[in-house]
Amino acid sequence: MRAAREMSAAKAAPGSYIEASPLRQRFRIAVARKGLPYALITPALLVILGVLGWPLAMLVSLSLQHYGLRELFQHQGTFVGLKNFSTILADPQFAYTLKATVIFTVANVGLSMLFAVLIALLLERVSRFVRILLGGGLVFVWATPVIPAVNLWQWMFDYEFGVINWALTRIGAGNYMHHNWFENPLQGFAVVTVIVVWGAIPFLAISLHAGLTQVPRELIDAAQIDGARAWQVFVHVTLPILRPLLLVLVSLSTIWDFGVFNQVWVLLSQRPSSDYYLMSIYSFQESFRVSQYGLGSAVSVVMILILVVATFLYVRQTVRSINEGGA
Amino acid sequence: MRNHVSRTGYDVIGLLVFAVMMFPIYWMVSTAFKPGKEILSLTPYWFPNPITLDNFRDAIAVPFFWNDVVNSLVVVCTVVAISIILAFLAAVAVARFGFKGRSAFIVMVIAVQMVPLNALVIPIYLLLDSVGQVDSLLGVIAYYMAVVLPFMIWTLRGFVHNIPVDLEEAAMVDGATRLGAFMRIVFPLVAPGLVATAIFGFIQAWNEYIIAYVLLSSSSKQTLTIWLASFTTQHGTDWGGLMAGATLTALPVVVFFLLVQRHVAGGLTAGAVKG
Repeated sequence: MRAAREMSAAKAAPGSYIEASPLRQRFRIAVARKGLPYALITPALLVILGVLGWPLAMLVSLSLQHYGLRELFQHQGTFVGLKNFSTILADPQFAYTLKATVIFTVANVGLSMLFAVLIALLLERVSRFVRILLGGGLVFVWATPVIPAVNLWQWMFDYEFGVINWALTRIGAGNYMHHNWFENPLQGFAVVTVIVVWGAIPFLAISLHAGLTQVPRELIDAAQIDGARAWQVFVHVTLPILRPLLLVLVSLSTIWDFGVFNQVWVLLSQRPSSDYYLMSIYSFQESFRVSQYGLGSAVSVVMILILVVATFLYVRQTVRSINEGGA
Repeated sequence: MRNHVSRTGYDVIGLLVFAVMMFPIYWMVSTAFKPGKEILSLTPYWFPNPITLDNFRDAIAVPFFWNDVVNSLVVVCTVVAISIILAFLAAVAVARFGFKGRSAFIVMVIAVQMVPLNALVIPIYLLLDSVGQVDSLLGVIAYYMAVVLPFMIWTLRGFVHNIPVDLEEAAMVDGATRLGAFMRIVFPLVAPGLVATAIFGFIQAWNEYIIAYVLLSSSSKQTLTIWLASFTTQHGTDWGGLMAGATLTALPVVVFFLLVQRHVAGGLTAGAVKG
């Protein structure tokens, strides 16, 4: 809208523009109006298409090829149609991986959102001092890069000298001395979940707190005068207003958690057993460990397709809000 | 009265949440300053006593540390310098002009951010392999640019959009050319946004792991996130050194992040909160 308004403003531009400029400049203005925006986006567009678009197209084409070690040396795969897809769909490891990834994503998105909403509500209710302190702490955690973060959790969950085993034993939760968290994949995934959720909470909670401050006070007061309880106010007043924000946050979390790679990879010292395969790890191992780049690409394509479907609503919402002229 | 009591209750919960969230970071930093026998102890020492810098000395002495610091800086600075310019141009086009294909461009910028990076590792590796650019910083730089560009365009669009067009129009009525109005009015106002976005791009590129891990195989060409793996050997992990290394790797990011968080945080959720 803004841009359109500005365009019309430029068309009705001060006469001095034309007066001061002979034909050549008038021509330049005409070109500028039509061509300038294209000239401005072209460099960025070329980079994005060249460095992301091209590999994306190549990924799809690779998923339709047999591409092993021999093909790697020849830089040329052989077209096999949808055979890679039928191979992975028949592979029990793929079924396990897909199931594990979906459960992992649902659990991580759910827990991250739950804690983030609770902390956002808490931030509204605490005193100013605690709000600043907690907010600062959240920003600190948010700022911590993922690889150092995984390393520090690795240290906390260390089987021999880890502080968590010590604490669990100390509070009487059982004997956790020399407990290896990664023997049992369920416990291992619990550790990964702790790392992912801990890292995800700050961004989500701070965004939600910002969203909560936008909820009009009068609406809440009115609901309270009408006798609504706190949870009723939350469900019937706050939640509907936060709905678009929640949609964005759930979508972004889904994208991030569905593609989790670093946490598992670094936590298990770059040698995860097949119990720990999430989609991204599976695709990586198929390609770089057993050199089946075609199969690995097929897994990645499936992964992207699932994400496209899962986040369709988010993209639609964002584009719509832009076209309505929102910030 | 009741209100007062519940406020105190919430404060206590708030402090507990703060302690739980912050403890891991405290534990990383305090371990980095502990002497070896306090690290490898079955009963944890809560404070380093005496405080020692040995772990940091060891970490810096690990082969290729300075090499990898330079690599990280070269990669990240090149990426940020080029992409902030490209992103700014595109952001101006999207925020200030109506043109055919504008919506399509916006959809692309958003959609591209959905693609998980690790899904593209395979074709990137094969492409660079076929032109002999595996294990070179150039390939990594090209790829990181594409990673940070969409986010930068998106964030800068918001900054440019928020500067009232009226200001430019007023300058043009006073006789400034369009370019002059832009340089003198819009550019100074958007400069803090440019700095914030550049720093955020710096952080994203500095933290990247998988691409560097796959592409950069020789130790002299690696970046810091990959270097951190060198503390784990067959004989076990040097926890003191690793925590010192992790602290060093995280430090510049944390400092930068604290500076710009306020400005950029909105970019990710732009459009969702009416403001």
